[in-house]
Amino acid sequence: MSGQSVGIVTAQHAHFDQPLHLRSGSVLPAYDLTYETYGALNAAKSNAILVCHALSGHHHLAGRYADQPDNIGWWDNIVGPGRPLDTDRFFIVCLNNLGGCHGSTGPSSINPATGKPWGADFPIVAVNDWVHAQAKLADLLGIDTWAAVMGGSLGGMQALRWSITFPERVRNAIVIAAAPKLSAQNIAFNDVARQAILTDPDFHGGYYYEHNTRPLRGLRLARMLGHITYLSDDQMGEKFGRELRNGSFSFDFDVEFQVESYLRYQGDKFAGYFDANTYLLMTKALDYFDPSREDDGNLTATMGRTQANFLIVSFTTDWRFTPARSKEIVAALLANGRNVSYAEIDLNFGHDSFLMADPHYHGVVDAYLRNIKL
Amino acid sequence: MTHTLDRPDFEVIAGWIEPGHRVLDLGCGDGTLLKHLIDTRGVKGWGVEIEDANILAAIKKGVNVIQGNLERGLDEFADQAFDHVVLSRTLQTVRHTEGILREMLRVGREAVVSFPNFAYWKNLRSVLDGRMPVSEDLPYQWYDSPNVRFFTLLDFEALCDQMGLIIRERHVLDEGGNIVQAKDNREVNFLGSLAVYRLTQKH
Repeated sequence: MSGQSVGIVTAQHAHFDQPLHLRSGSVLPAYDLTYETYGALNAAKSNAILVCHALSGHHHLAGRYADQPDNIGWWDNIVGPGRPLDTDRFFIVCLNNLGGCHGSTGPSSINPATGKPWGADFPIVAVNDWVHAQAKLADLLGIDTWAAVMGGSLGGMQALRWSITFPERVRNAIVIAAAPKLSAQNIAFNDVARQAILTDPDFHGGYYYEHNTRPLRGLRLARMLGHITYLSDDQMGEKFGRELRNGSFSFDFDVEFQVESYLRYQGDKFAGYFDANTYLLMTKALDYFDPSREDDGNLTATMGRTQANFLIVSFTTDWRFTPARSKEIVAALLANGRNVSYAEIDLNFGHDSFLMADPHYHGVVDAYLRNIKL
Repeated sequence: MTHTLDRPDFEVIAGWIEPGHRVLDLGCGDGTLLKHLIDTRGVKGWGVEIEDANILAAIKKGVNVIQGNLERGLDEFADQAFDHVVLSRTLQTVRHTEGILREMLRVGREAVVSFPNFAYWKNLRSVLDGRMPVSEDLPYQWYDSPNVRFFTLLDFEALCDQMGLIIRERHVLDEGGNIVQAKDNREVNFLGSLAVYRLTQKH
């Protein structure tokens, strides 16, 4: 699967002045969403695909900006003419979720009530809140029904949530490297990441913007921890092994092993552009995600409310959301007689596999999407 | 004899399945049988398949396919979720023979099983001549065969009896795909290259 990139893209902004009632009971009086679109919406408005981003993602799914040629979209390899998300056929939409830090209203935005950044006052958002905000964007774009809603990891959970919350608005849901809810171990990892941020002296209870500082150490640790859970043991072994930067032990606590160097680099890079409050919100949305809660934990009953066709994809080396977790979704769909296909892709990149341009993986997504009638 | 598909057992299987039925095809390959059943019988179908290339081919056909290993059972499927559970030319590749037959009748009302008959006279002659059989229905060399269980039509019926499974119907085909007419079971076992069965649980 090769195809081409979509090339130069531009971000767009939409303002919504109708209040959004959140899962927590809070109300967001007004909000902005930043998004990008690729391809053209057809006359019947039947070719729109929503791609939902994961924990640290944003609206810049594909292509690059004219003034920032190196800023390539986070899932560029799957979008464009001749690629699975074929822009010659589909109209692709991706937005930065509420609570984000890439243009949509979030903790670093100005709270109109105080004139200062929201900080810790920004309400906690749930996956279902994102789905409702995404639906408002769909309304604005004139999209009544998505040909598909799709995502990996937390993005896959949004696709799943869409199929439950708005069954009549989703024809296909493509749920990749996801789970129907987090395990205790998943939540535990998230909590360590949050504790790293919350206990950073620069956090200032979430109001660090006013102190002209940022909890960089905490955010960096959170990302380093997260990053370990995205990779597979085999892949780390192959990539770094026990290789030393300087060839021999230095008997101190400085960077010695290549894997340390890599993680610190990833942590620094991430802390340089991501907002700590957003990271807290995103991990909390993950922890709370459990659509079956409305049915006393009976996922089969929950999936009974869906109408979409489903493609569920997992990766053999993903230990964050294992294939077994995807199969829980598959089983609940099968029990309801839903159209569902399930592919378990043998790729060595752990949870991050979903972002890789593997020919078989992309072939499966491409084959599924080509069968969608427009 | 003409077939719409070059698999004569598919015609037999299709004839047993009512329009609108829910069908699970285990080891569905590239989804050819399911696609045929959907197009000609209007069934609702799902397949289980282990090979990546077949998963891709089935999805290309627009057939529901679940990637999985039959040796590990059918955990993702609920009890009695299907009208028919099909295992065509696959039983001989499964190690847990009794396990898969029980699983088929747990998730489905009726099991449809087809398999090559190792007692077919040409196979026997081949062995008498000192070589493992290679035929239309046993198209592999001994060293590249996916088959792990070697059994005859009579062996299979003895197992069904032992497991308390009821044989509702049986069609035995020769290498040309024609129904074998014979005077008794011994002769059927000798003349049949491929056997197709409908099984249910004893109630």
